[in-house]
Amino acid sequence: MAQLTFREAIARGIAQEMRRDESVVFLGEDIGAAGGVFKGTVGLLEEFGGVRVRDTPISEQAILGAAMGAAMTGLKPIAEIMFADFFAVCWDIVVNEIAKSRYMTNGQMTFPLVIRSGNGGGLRFGAQHSQSVENWAMMVPGLKVVVPSTPEDVIGLMAASIRDPDPVIFLEAKALYSTKTEVPDGEIVDSLGTAKVLRSGSNATLVALGAMVPKAMKAAEELAGQGIDCTVVDVRSLVPLDTQTLLREISATGRLFTIEENPRLCGWGGELSSIVSEEIFYDLDGPIVRITTPHIPLPAADALEDMAIPSVERIVSTVNKSMNS
Amino acid sequence: MTTTTPAVSPLDLDDKLALYRMQLALRLFEQRAYDMFLENLVKGTSHLSLGQEAIAAGVAAAMKPTDWTFATYRGHAHTLARGVPMTPVLAELLGRSNGLMAGKGGSMHLTSVEHGVMGSYAIIGAHLPIACGAAWSAQFRGTDQVAVCFFGDGSTNIGAFHEALNFAAIWKLPVVFVCENNLWMEYTRTTEVTAVENPAADRASAYGLESIMVDGNDADAVYEVAAAAIARARAGEGPSMIEAKTYRHGGHSRADPGKYRPDSEVAEWLAKDPIPRYHTRLLELGASEDQLVEIERDVVREVDLATEQAKAGGVPGEDLLMKDVWADGGSSWRN
Repeated sequence: MAQLTFREAIARGIAQEMRRDESVVFLGEDIGAAGGVFKGTVGLLEEFGGVRVRDTPISEQAILGAAMGAAMTGLKPIAEIMFADFFAVCWDIVVNEIAKSRYMTNGQMTFPLVIRSGNGGGLRFGAQHSQSVENWAMMVPGLKVVVPSTPEDVIGLMAASIRDPDPVIFLEAKALYSTKTEVPDGEIVDSLGTAKVLRSGSNATLVALGAMVPKAMKAAEELAGQGIDCTVVDVRSLVPLDTQTLLREISATGRLFTIEENPRLCGWGGELSSIVSEEIFYDLDGPIVRITTPHIPLPAADALEDMAIPSVERIVSTVNKSMNS
Repeated sequence: MTTTTPAVSPLDLDDKLALYRMQLALRLFEQRAYDMFLENLVKGTSHLSLGQEAIAAGVAAAMKPTDWTFATYRGHAHTLARGVPMTPVLAELLGRSNGLMAGKGGSMHLTSVEHGVMGSYAIIGAHLPIACGAAWSAQFRGTDQVAVCFFGDGSTNIGAFHEALNFAAIWKLPVVFVCENNLWMEYTRTTEVTAVENPAADRASAYGLESIMVDGNDADAVYEVAAAAIARARAGEGPSMIEAKTYRHGGHSRADPGKYRPDSEVAEWLAKDPIPRYHTRLLELGASEDQLVEIERDVVREVDLATEQAKAGGVPGEDLLMKDVWADGGSSWRN
């Protein structure tokens, strides 16, 4: 066991897979010599060399196009889009090309690739470097969407994503880059489509993703002190979605609260609410409540950003109010 | 920039007869496809290469079977030129289960990986970076494969074109870009919306690519420049841009009669039709009229047979609908 930060876990996860499989290559802006703008890829260029770890120009379409062309011809590329907001300048390659081509060609092609990206707010970067875009990716047929919340999950889900034969959007919560936990030594390999129950309670189920997971855990501790015993589930993978675990845990308490960093409309919690309503409506003891960032671009000032993104206080007060109404 | 041009093996008469046959096959196939549109057998949209056949045929003649083609929504010719049989291509246009992609792609997305046709892309310019990725993969794996990427003049004003050219140049990728400049960007004259005379070649030289202009209605000339560019790419000397000037005989797509073009311009280019021109050249080179007539009869037979077989194809079944979103063959997004 060793203490590892979330950002160190990224490099360790990639290195683990690059050592194992020669066809894994890595490209992106400032990922090599600079070690990543968030220092998430330090040491990879030194270990694997400039042929497998390649710095690119600021050309997001070229980066993802190259990843796609390489994947369809036998490599397993990992591409970095530095900030998830930048998906907007290369979304054609993701949505029209990567996501659709296997289906359109009647299965002639496969795209074993991973696109990693720094996602979400908390760093006071303002609206164009802070958005949580998991809902953009989730709504596209043909993309898998993975969002780890701990260093150990970063490694295990990174390995699972790289080994997966389909395109995976791997969103790293920027707010978590500096967090640190104990991580086991040796190879770590997880599996996609598996939610994780982090805490079991009897009164309400809090379902959270990415940077909202530690907040949900903290809120659950406070709520326990107020007599509300919560289950906390880390979704981890939006596509595929582990509905079995989610529905079981929601049924068990009869109450669902989603904790979402994405702006309100069409957030993943909306889809989950729909599934719950259709499939376990009669197990519910009260309304489904979504706790999200409001439907606004994120402001830069720390005071304003903190008001926008769901906080521990907002989670606690919202759950408390709803459970006592 | 200038580089040394590797020796290109010249085409002999048999090769040229094959090149004639291919151009004619592309022509007659697309004329048949157009007729079947008018009969409402071909659904959706379609973009024909009538008049531009010398480029697809000439470049394909310079490629090895292991090389890759990246085509556009105007991609029937480029697909057939790599040896994909007519029947599955026509059946794909008809939406039949014996189509190249069982009806799941349609006219604009023809793909046959086994023939090196790595997709036809219908978002302008998107496939230039993708072709770079395939070229990167060949370079990385140390194969001698070359990616050839076809696109139109209209693609030269979109961002992906510029990103791809720079990318190909800095990584010295084995990719050959082929711009089919048919002078019209959909319904607009390209020079009216482009700041330079030669939209691909002039830009490519600024990115440090070998930049070549060629008469796109002369299959031999196309073959020669393509063979040289492909040989350079194979030898690790990096990417090239071929700009082939040509003209589409019809409109942009099925719905467009192309009336915005002056009659005199259309007439001028019809006089430069690559197929009669090549026919004349073959006679001058010693081919007999009988030989050419036999080729023409053979192509007609092939198109007729493909028509019959495509029409006989079944309607795609519901089993295909939910297949092949994922590599496991399925489409499930939940458990």
